[in-house]
Amino acid sequence: MNAASRFRDAPGAAPRSLRLMLDGVPVLARPGESVAAALLAHSGGATRQTPVTGAGRAPYCMMGVCFDCLVTIDGHPNVQACMVSAREGMVIQRQIGARRLGDQP
Amino acid sequence: MSADLVIIGAGPAGMAAARVAAEGGLSVTLLDEQERAGGQIYRNVGAVAGRGWLGADYARGGALVQGLDHPGITHQPRATVWRIDARRGVIWSRDGQSHVSPAAHVLIATGAQERPVPFPGWTLPGLMPAGAAQILMKQSGMVPDEAILSGAGPLLYLVAAQMIAAGAPPVALVETPTAITHALPKLPRALFGLPTLIKGLGLIARIRAAGIPWYRGAADFRAETTEDGRIRFDFTTGKQSHSLTCGLLLTHLGVIPQSHLTRSMGLAHEYDAEQGAWRPTLDPWGQSSEPHVFVAGDGGGIGGAEAARAKGALAALAILHQAGKLDAAGRDRRAAPLRRALSRALSLRPFLDAAYSVPSAFLAPPDETIVCRCEEVTAGSIRKAACTGAEGLRLMRTSLRTGMGPCQGRMCETAVIGLIAEATDRPASTLGPGRIRTPVKPVTLAEIAALGPQPEETT
Repeated sequence: MNAASRFRDAPGAAPRSLRLMLDGVPVLARPGESVAAALLAHSGGATRQTPVTGAGRAPYCMMGVCFDCLVTIDGHPNVQACMVSAREGMVIQRQIGARRLGDQP
Repeated sequence: MSADLVIIGAGPAGMAAARVAAEGGLSVTLLDEQERAGGQIYRNVGAVAGRGWLGADYARGGALVQGLDHPGITHQPRATVWRIDARRGVIWSRDGQSHVSPAAHVLIATGAQERPVPFPGWTLPGLMPAGAAQILMKQSGMVPDEAILSGAGPLLYLVAAQMIAAGAPPVALVETPTAITHALPKLPRALFGLPTLIKGLGLIARIRAAGIPWYRGAADFRAETTEDGRIRFDFTTGKQSHSLTCGLLLTHLGVIPQSHLTRSMGLAHEYDAEQGAWRPTLDPWGQSSEPHVFVAGDGGGIGGAEAARAKGALAALAILHQAGKLDAAGRDRRAAPLRRALSRALSLRPFLDAAYSVPSAFLAPPDETIVCRCEEVTAGSIRKAACTGAEGLRLMRTSLRTGMGPCQGRMCETAVIGLIAEATDRPASTLGPGRIRTPVKPVTLAEIAALGPQPEETT
């Protein structure tokens, strides 16, 4: 799942100074970027498996339209990773299949 | 949190309108989903220095962002609007809590989304819209690595040129059939569009100079993941088959209005045949079928950033007049230069719409294509259902759940309509727009309950 990122850094890009945790693995993020961007910089693989067939998906539209970037952030399920800025210490989980009722803290 | 005017969306239209309205004496609440004002076109423009490779047009958005620095404007970032209620006002969510902003006037400036480009494999990790890659360039300093750009439209050339300037040129440009020659008669007679045309030709020259392989007239798109996680992209040009491998496959076929909010309010909409999309029915000021609700920018019909800026300012003048802050003569005097700017900005649009039309294979894709990404419904099952009685969006929804996932049809509606149109031999214009219900973005029941009792609902 941890395929190489499909992106590289642009000239003069700021250092990735924030540290998030994705399923127990550290992921670095740039201040001001979305969680989805940090996940795409970390890996080219899937960030969730769909509730219907279990197919792997990754962030797609990056503007809050497609909902393919849903992850659990700090215990909150079904958060659009493209709409949330990365912050130091965030704990992110990939969503495998559907959430259950009562997952909301 | 009451304001004279609530504006939804801080892109060029919303920002221009906020400034004009505030200077005219209205209190303005500007709600936007992003952390920073700018919209998609000027995403992050206020926060980044030294990204010259994104070009001068992008930097121009900075002045609009600075214009929000006015005591009459309250900018609410990270605010997701999920309902506009005729009695209560605009209802929006942030950090799991909902708020109500009552307003005498509402301006919806929610902009565009990319037109979905469905084909077999478009749901795989490693495929994205070209606009998504541009957002990553603007906001995260990330450039696509070994990417292929595919589809059609001016944005493809811009993204290609930006990638070349950033030192990560695309592996190839795979263009679907264009109709440039056929569209030439639609070029404006006056040379208003000339600077834009020259810019476009400059982009094309840069792509040529960089030696990027350029395939034209491409069709039969198909993507698969290779064993090492890369993307194999198969397509044809005429009778020739091609197979390329890349790290990221970027697609683009233009943009369509984001109309979930305007549709959820039950406003009148109309089908724009040239752009192949529905848009709210508006008067020349952007006034909708509800007198106190205005729409400006690409959400009211695709025109681009410069047109959006002019439309935002025009709507603000009309709202100032409606609020009794500006007489009709003053409104019309100030509108005249804006209308000229708008007509200049729109002069190339008929040419672009005709030159870069959407190939029918993306409106009614092959059977194995997953059309509804949320509920994973294939084109084949939609065709079958359409032939056995599901002859409209609502019937399709109840039989196959298309459009019932979290995206609420944003990614599948164009193709579901295209497939029903094909199966039933009816024009797309008679099959939509789909009815949208609130909440237009998912919120929890707990969050809705916490708002407390609602006055009698009529919608």
